[in-house]
Amino acid sequence: MINTLIGDIGHASVIVAFVTAIVSSLAYFMAARAKVEISGDTSWRNLARGAFYVHGAAVLMIIFSLFNIIYAHRYEYYYAWSHSSNHLPIHFMISCFWEGQEGSFLLWIFWHVMLGVMLMNVGKKRKEWEAPVMAMFSFVQIFLTSMILGVVLGDVKIGSSPFILMRDFMADAPVFQMDPNYVPQDGTGLNPLLQNYWMVIHPPTLFLGFAATLVPFAFAMAGLWKGKFTEWIKPALPWAHFAGVTLGVGVVMGAYWAYETLNFGGYWNWDPVENAVYIPWLVLVGAIHTMVAYRRSRQGLRASFILVITTFLLVLYATFLTRSGILGNASVHSFTDLGLSGQLFTYLAAFAVLAIGLLVYNWKKIPATEKELTTYNGEFWIFIGSAVLCLAAFQVLATTSIPVYNSFMGFIGIDTNAALPADQIAHYTKFQLWAGLVVALLSGIAQLLWWRKVDKASFVDAITMPAMLTLLFSSLIIILSNKFDILPFKLDNWVYITLLIASLFSVFANLSIILGLIHKKVALSGGAVSHIGIALMLIGILFSSGYSKIISQNTSGLLYSREFPDEVNRDNVLLWRNTPVDMDKYSVSYRGKFFEVAGVPGYVNQEILFRTADPYKAIARADVKAGDKVYYKTGDTLELSSPENTYYELEYKNRESGKAFLLYPRAQVNPNMGLLASPAIKSFIDRDLYTHVSSIAPEEKEWSTMKEYDIAMGDTIILNDYIAVFHGVEMVNKVPGVELKQGDIAVQADMQILGETKNYHVHPLLIFKDGMAGYYPEEIGDLGLRVTLLNIDPATESFKIGVNTTQREWIILKAMEKPFVNILWIGTLIMAIGFIMAIVRRSQDGPKTAPKPSVKLGSKRKAQAV
Amino acid sequence: MKKSHIFGIIIIGLAIMIIMSTAGDASTYVTFGEAIERAHDGDNSKVHVVGRLKKDAQGHIVNMQYDPLVDPNYFAFTLVDTNKVEQRVVYFNPKPQDFERSEQVVITGNMKQDVFVADKILLKCPSKYVEKDINKTASL
Repeated sequence: MINTLIGDIGHASVIVAFVTAIVSSLAYFMAARAKVEISGDTSWRNLARGAFYVHGAAVLMIIFSLFNIIYAHRYEYYYAWSHSSNHLPIHFMISCFWEGQEGSFLLWIFWHVMLGVMLMNVGKKRKEWEAPVMAMFSFVQIFLTSMILGVVLGDVKIGSSPFILMRDFMADAPVFQMDPNYVPQDGTGLNPLLQNYWMVIHPPTLFLGFAATLVPFAFAMAGLWKGKFTEWIKPALPWAHFAGVTLGVGVVMGAYWAYETLNFGGYWNWDPVENAVYIPWLVLVGAIHTMVAYRRSRQGLRASFILVITTFLLVLYATFLTRSGILGNASVHSFTDLGLSGQLFTYLAAFAVLAIGLLVYNWKKIPATEKELTTYNGEFWIFIGSAVLCLAAFQVLATTSIPVYNSFMGFIGIDTNAALPADQIAHYTKFQLWAGLVVALLSGIAQLLWWRKVDKASFVDAITMPAMLTLLFSSLIIILSNKFDILPFKLDNWVYITLLIASLFSVFANLSIILGLIHKKVALSGGAVSHIGIALMLIGILFSSGYSKIISQNTSGLLYSREFPDEVNRDNVLLWRNTPVDMDKYSVSYRGKFFEVAGVPGYVNQEILFRTADPYKAIARADVKAGDKVYYKTGDTLELSSPENTYYELEYKNRESGKAFLLYPRAQVNPNMGLLASPAIKSFIDRDLYTHVSSIAPEEKEWSTMKEYDIAMGDTIILNDYIAVFHGVEMVNKVPGVELKQGDIAVQADMQILGETKNYHVHPLLIFKDGMAGYYPEEIGDLGLRVTLLNIDPATESFKIGVNTTQREWIILKAMEKPFVNILWIGTLIMAIGFIMAIVRRSQDGPKTAPKPSVKLGSKRKAQAV
Repeated sequence: MKKSHIFGIIIIGLAIMIIMSTAGDASTYVTFGEAIERAHDGDNSKVHVVGRLKKDAQGHIVNMQYDPLVDPNYFAFTLVDTNKVEQRVVYFNPKPQDFERSEQVVITGNMKQDVFVADKILLKCPSKYVEKDINKTASL
């Protein structure tokens, strides 16, 4: 049954949202005109508000309709079919919502609605801002809602509707020509890499950050438009902080997801999709700093305008980059091309022309001080810091845009073939590392100067203690790492040493500021706190990336080719099942495949699961236990929560201490995407041990031809070099998965095989059912054996068994150590706390109090130094 | 000269440096012929090559060598570039799982002696880029 109603409701809501955005934008525009403002006429404003609320309600209705389509598995809709499936748990249905472009636009629209409603209702005193700011908001909403409009005018496609029916999307598919009411039984599912809890919260955070950059932009535009060139900074500043923290945290969440789910061996890959968010974030942080500087010393207003506007344009550019398909080969995870690149480009161009035009037109009217800043002004160093942040952003932007240059040159008829740098890490690190270093140094120096009197003596006084502590701790770390074997790395690279010193200096300098403020007004120390966070992040990145060490070096001595013995890293090791291999200080053995079973903590060995025709159901062949608790008894049917994922049990045993732990890296062979391997991470205080499967043995095993043995009870035979004892047979009444009727006979052999590490009890079954013999052999994966009970001769009490052998199972894995990666995550949290403190303080900052000094300078640097 | 002017000049200088370094580090899409030429000229810079796997008349991939039991970090194959030039490629990593299904292969690396040593392989599989095939689920 095709339910067209819900889609019609959704689509109608999109149209309503689009129209009301136009109405609201126009009405707010009218309300913001000087004539209307002076007359006190609120009718335009009331109309605009009403329209925006209707717009908000329509957006909620769109979201409800789309979620209903996914939740109720309405596969007659393309969106549900291509992004969801029957077995998807609810929390991942939320991520389906934004797997597609349309849904993620919707998420962005939704946050704009929320922020717009907040702006309309908070700050009642600042009503003079409502009309011009909300006019901008609604104006942006017109563009965004048009992206999901799905209307074709002539040859022009405007937006892509998420409510399109399968039969309309694939009108040529024969199945729809035969039966237009055909509904697929199941969807093609959510990209398995997105089936991760971080993917439930990372996109909303990121889009909230995107949406929040609109607020300072709208204030800046309103300021230019209404001639309030200086007043906009104050209401915009807490929002700029808010955007800074959400975007920053969103970026790190994405990095953490990549660390946990992908297998490129780190948290940052310089993928264009990652860069596209990192670039505006850097510029936004620069903008926050110039705005803060302006609040105190009336300097940097023009810079604030430029940076706030640039931030928003870069957000639009990021959208264009990741959604227009322009990246092509350059990115592994951009959205599929919906053929909307023209529309996206038009928007980008429209906003760029509007914003830059307004700025240039008013440039001369923007007040600027001619006063020179001295070297002992905190502001002076803040501006340098902002400039460094922007340059860092510029480097990433210049490189990430290489595919855009190609397209552009192709557009004007010149064929270019530029590609992204072959070694991206080296290319970006070359600049980002130094930018990080300078930012760390400046964040210390500028903070100290900001809180002091502007003279040399007082600065020297302030810097002495942090500088001494820095030297003390850095020498300690250098000595400890080089002379003693305590730390997981040897810090002997002077570039890294310099970065460490700069970061430690930032930590101590900012710490001294917090200590100084703790008695007076600790609420002002948000800047110092977030700078400490940034400095810690830099240290975490320095150690975890700079000293990442691969421990799975292939030392077997078996090499295919010795062509380039020195240059090649052989980073992957083959592990035979149950044969330990030495890696670093561990002895590692692969012990078999495991599955996730619903309701059972941990993982269950596939050997005790009997798979059924339904891939999501299995029958227990032994008691399913976790710890001492029995969750399922032999013969129970249990549910596999993700049968496509296999977990490979690895035992890491420390050769010195004898302590062992288990890791379960995950892999699935996806029909569309190949081997998707996710790492297993063991966290120690000073390092993470990161292991992932890089290749697995083919699923189909090649068995030798069956060898038959005639044996009697108690006989001992040698099978594939293993000693096996045949204890006899017994009748069984119940066989899991087989229904036994009157007259059917099921016999089970009892054999014991002595393996290298343990003994195996093997119970092949022979069932006589309806006069036919059914064989249920048992496989012992550990030993590469398959035993079949072939025949029973009750007269002579002799038995016939068949044995096949195969190669033992193997996996290829890669393992590495990442020292102190925890410092990066801790630093992120501290940065976020600092930002939140600053938001609280900046939004309480009433107009009457004299501008109080507070500054934030710093940047997270994602220089992946290798 | 005012401080702000010096400041501006330095920033512009750094920006130009960044552009130069980007231009210098940017790689290019080339053919094997050009990659060999570069190696002859002593240019070790890494390049991108786009190609297809060599297949026999039945559509089976030929000359693919990967035996993890001997060396899990050695994978060799023959790639045919857009000019139909064949070249042996070596990749010192495990074989990507869906390699056989790929329609197009983009490799990054350079020529060493008479083989192309790839350090990155990007596969373009039909299903990844073309819309999923409805019959796959329609048959369920």
